[in-house]
Amino acid sequence: MTVLTFGRRLLTALALPLVLLTIWWVLTANSTSFFWPPLSTILRTFPETWFGDRITTDVLPSLARLCTGYLLALVLGIAGGVAIGLSPLLRALTEPSLEFFRAIPPPVLVPVIALFAGYTGSLSKIITITIGCVWPILLNTVEGVRAVDEVLLDTARCYHLRWRSKLVHVILRGASPQIAAGARQALSIAVILMVISELFGANHGLGASVVQFQRSFAIPQMWTGIIVLGLLGVALSAIFRIVEHFALAWYRGVRDADRGV
Amino acid sequence: MTVQAGLSEGRHIRLLPFRQVGLGLLGSVGIIALLEVLPRTGAVDRRYLPPASSMAASLGGLLGEADFWTAAGQTIRGWAFGLGLAMLLGVVGGVLIGSVPLLRVLTASTIEFLRPIPSVALIPLVVLIFGSRPQSALILVVYAATWQVLLQVLYGVLDVDPVARDTARSFRFSRWSIVRTVVWPTALPYVVTGFRLAAAVSLILEVTAELVIGVPGLGRSIGVAQSSGAVEETYALVIVVGLIGVAVNLAARAVERRVLRWHPSVRREEA
Repeated sequence: MTVLTFGRRLLTALALPLVLLTIWWVLTANSTSFFWPPLSTILRTFPETWFGDRITTDVLPSLARLCTGYLLALVLGIAGGVAIGLSPLLRALTEPSLEFFRAIPPPVLVPVIALFAGYTGSLSKIITITIGCVWPILLNTVEGVRAVDEVLLDTARCYHLRWRSKLVHVILRGASPQIAAGARQALSIAVILMVISELFGANHGLGASVVQFQRSFAIPQMWTGIIVLGLLGVALSAIFRIVEHFALAWYRGVRDADRGV
Repeated sequence: MTVQAGLSEGRHIRLLPFRQVGLGLLGSVGIIALLEVLPRTGAVDRRYLPPASSMAASLGGLLGEADFWTAAGQTIRGWAFGLGLAMLLGVVGGVLIGSVPLLRVLTASTIEFLRPIPSVALIPLVVLIFGSRPQSALILVVYAATWQVLLQVLYGVLDVDPVARDTARSFRFSRWSIVRTVVWPTALPYVVTGFRLAAAVSLILEVTAELVIGVPGLGRSIGVAQSSGAVEETYALVIVVGLIGVAVNLAARAVERRVLRWHPSVRREEA
């Protein structure tokens, strides 16, 4: 019975993707169009394009920059957000400026940061990713810290919780669902900035390779690059969901209890 | 009374609105002053970060140039058109998929897979097909913004009260009347949230396309200014784009309040 329902679920989940892939395959099967090479050609070029040296020269460095920039943004955003969220004075002082900085589309930072650190080199890319990702995390942390239950804060004070345990167990934990929402927004910005920061000047990296293929009219390779970027986005969002699932397990429990599920 | 007085001590300080505005202004002035002082004292190289006053002067100069207004118009037109198309696709698609359970089950995995694909992955493809014409920006904007709307509409349609839906069906409402009188009012708050998210995302992708692909607009102007060494103008344009972003956010929030003013949940909150 359970095997049956599982099978049915799998079938409904896979049906449409399979149909779409088949349509892609059939429509491009005998394609002589320059832009739309046959899917079989794309898949054949895939291993030779990505499983050679390119992993160590382009893919891994890009991923390392992505992770470094994103983690830095997490640390800075949460630290700054807690500080601003806890102090009404600081909040009032910074609110309009933060609204402005948040509203600047992050890719615009690339040329500005290039003024300081140039286009090539890892540093300018990491800075770009960090500055672009920090705003959603920061602002969501501020909102989350502000919304922490006052009764909990008063209780913590009555019990004379030490500052450290109050921060970890009451404030950060109470704000964590909101912080996670900010972190999820920031993750998609991080991927965008990872690609964009590599598009200027002569560069190495995942994004740079894809554009290089396009400029040299290596169309099947370009398609494999698009597929790699897509898979990267899907993989990162899956990893994020797994981490979030465990980190916020308590929150789901509380919410379901509230709803009387 | 005494309890309230006690609460207003310590961290429960409630700032009065005018004080809040005053402090906000003070903070902004502080940052501008910092941007003025740092380059002037030589703490930061002027070639990289010009003083705030010269950025302002450059911004003033830009406002008198026809090219600037043309570029700004192109950016805003591209943004509005892309956002409009994404709203249309997202709302129609969302209501359609959300109202038919079979469609919802069949498309769930595909939507989950396609949504996280970064729209910048499509840049090489649109460059090949459209070059630096506005269509390139349009495709990126629509791809990125439609997901925001579609997902919100799907959540909204799922949120419809089953009793209300069954009641409407018992009264033999036509499909269209059910959508109009039962589904749409329930989904509206979600639609508006989707609109707010999509408005911000559309602007990001529009400017990105201009900057990276060279589609005409403010993004391209920033790229040109930076590569020709016009540092003040680069910063002035970035400030303009930021201000457009602020305006977009404020406008989206105003739309949200206006549209939902007569929504039952908002009325209940106010009562």
